Amino acid sequence: MTTTTRTRPAGTPPASRPAGLRPRWVVAGVAAVLVALVAGVSLGPVSLPPGSVAIELLNLLPGVRLDSGLTEREIAIITELRLPRAVLGLLVGGLLALAGGAYQGVFRNPLADPYLLGAAAGAGLAVTVVITAGVGAGGALTGLPVTVPLAAFVGSIGAVVMTYLLGAAGGRSRSPAALILAGVAVSAFLSAGQTYLLQRNSDSIQQVYSWLLGRLATAGWHDVRLVLPYFLLTAVVVLMHRRELDVLSVGDDEATSLGLHPQRSRYLLIVAASLGTAAAVSASGLIGFVGIIVPHTVRLLAGSSYRVILPLSLLFGGAFLALTDVVARTAAAPEEIPIGVVTALLGGPFFVLVLRTTRRMLG
Amino acid sequence: MTGRPRAADVPTGSGAPAGPGVPAGPGTAAGSGAVAGSGAPAVEVRDLHVRLDGVPILGGVDLTVAAGEWVTVIGPNGAGKSTLLRAVGGLLPAPGAVTLFGTPLQALRRRDRARVVATVAQSPVVPPGMSVLDYVLLGRTPYIPPLGRESAADVAAAHDVLDRLDLAGFHTRELATLSGGERQRVFLARALAQGATLLLLDEPTSALDIGHQQEVLELVDQLRRAHGLTVLATMHDLSIAGEYADRMVLLADGQVAATGTPRDVLTEDLLSHHYRATVKVIEGDHGPLVVPVRR
Repeated sequence: MTTTTRTRPAGTPPASRPAGLRPRWVVAGVAAVLVALVAGVSLGPVSLPPGSVAIELLNLLPGVRLDSGLTEREIAIITELRLPRAVLGLLVGGLLALAGGAYQGVFRNPLADPYLLGAAAGAGLAVTVVITAGVGAGGALTGLPVTVPLAAFVGSIGAVVMTYLLGAAGGRSRSPAALILAGVAVSAFLSAGQTYLLQRNSDSIQQVYSWLLGRLATAGWHDVRLVLPYFLLTAVVVLMHRRELDVLSVGDDEATSLGLHPQRSRYLLIVAASLGTAAAVSASGLIGFVGIIVPHTVRLLAGSSYRVILPLSLLFGGAFLALTDVVARTAAAPEEIPIGVVTALLGGPFFVLVLRTTRRMLG
Repeated sequence: MTGRPRAADVPTGSGAPAGPGVPAGPGTAAGSGAVAGSGAPAVEVRDLHVRLDGVPILGGVDLTVAAGEWVTVIGPNGAGKSTLLRAVGGLLPAPGAVTLFGTPLQALRRRDRARVVATVAQSPVVPPGMSVLDYVLLGRTPYIPPLGRESAADVAAAHDVLDRLDLAGFHTRELATLSGGERQRVFLARALAQGATLLLLDEPTSALDIGHQQEVLELVDQLRRAHGLTVLATMHDLSIAGEYADRMVLLADGQVAATGTPRDVLTEDLLSHHYRATVKVIEGDHGPLVVPVRR
């Protein structure tokens, strides 16, 4: 038997490019964000023409002064009520989708979501403690605008730290499997604590659940300013490591033999994604599905490299949540449906549709 | 399979890790002086002890692999073959026990080490959805700045390796859709794209039929001859291991039980004693052939 090394024969495909973000997907992502922004600002109890809304949004740019034909009151609705809400939806959706995608890469687990390491349970317990204590004290505590978000943030980070310490206590380093199991244990423990508290303070159940199911209804520029630094930090750290996540996909041993330090990369990414998740949770409560459905949809449609998944998850995750918020506040107007319920109702069937379509396209 | 030269015929490039004809990129191990080279053995292991979870796996292993040589480690299950390869590849702590091309392993930074030694694991993970080109490009990681991306030279290097391994038409294919033999060639291509001159192959043919085993091993041998690679492999198929190795090392219970040419190591006495197997050793055209016989 002879084996020869050959040059590329005539007729074979030319050299192709490696995985990376194709311009058409970037354009689609930016377009989705813009559409979500305009829709989020236009639609509501007072319906505003999308064209005029777009002009008013342009007027926010320095040096731009165009006549939208809207009244002062309508402009105030845009800039003080709907715009911060839409922007917060973009930030929170982007953060949750990005954190979900990062966790899926770090743990090489397609079911990983931003709440995998106990962030949701920690935030849930902390908020329940604050609300039940506040109700017990005549509402003074919960009356403070920052108390509940701060409790959610601290609870979320605290739970992730507990998970990390528990995962490391097993000895053989902080392996992904040990961390996931620790996350399950910590979540179960904290959820049990929350259930007990709710059982003892049944008068707080509605208030706690209205937070647990997620909401953007009270969003103002204050919330945007609160989330924005974490959004930037998480986005920069995670996006800078997007190629490393591709290398990590071959396993720790091979990544090490390729010159990487998997533990260090994993630690950095977990810290960044957890901070982003905690910030999102503190601003909007627990909104499920975004962190799983958006990265998977991007993976199915645009490619499996994390160089594609992460930046597009950021864009499409933001657009998805901002649009979902439109549905949440218009579908049963004048009542609002909790946005977490809408993400679950829309996200699940949408994902099944994408899955079926992709399978059909791939034969 | 005729006329395969032994190590003495192999152009070794005096042991300096120049890479298998792949553009290594700026700051390569050879160029940066990351390893000593110049006549030093490719691998030198002295008194290597490894314990995993408190269990002793290797107890004082000594091993020398000359540059350009093909050494195959054999031994029964649990003898410590894969552990030895992992220690040489820097995947297990082995302070002071392993030297690569004259440089202590722990003195090499991870990226420098990855430019010197490439590993093909026994069952490499196949990332879902990853194309052949993207997988091979992972081999360029030691040359890509931290948090950076592949340069045009890296892409060209990956295509060059794909060409050499007759995989040019596969670059857009999804890795998971390839046959076992094709996949094994891609794993090898990823290792070669690292531009390292020391290849560690852990059971490289365990999942292949006999035809693909020959194909892959011939390919490795051809690349070794053409580019002065050093090969340290573990294998279970003793006959085929003896066909390709210049020297063999028999590991048993974490220690070197025998070392030498295939004729020295593949003897009925040694194999029946350490494998607890009944075998006949027949003299073949290119070395001893081991045939299990019913007790």
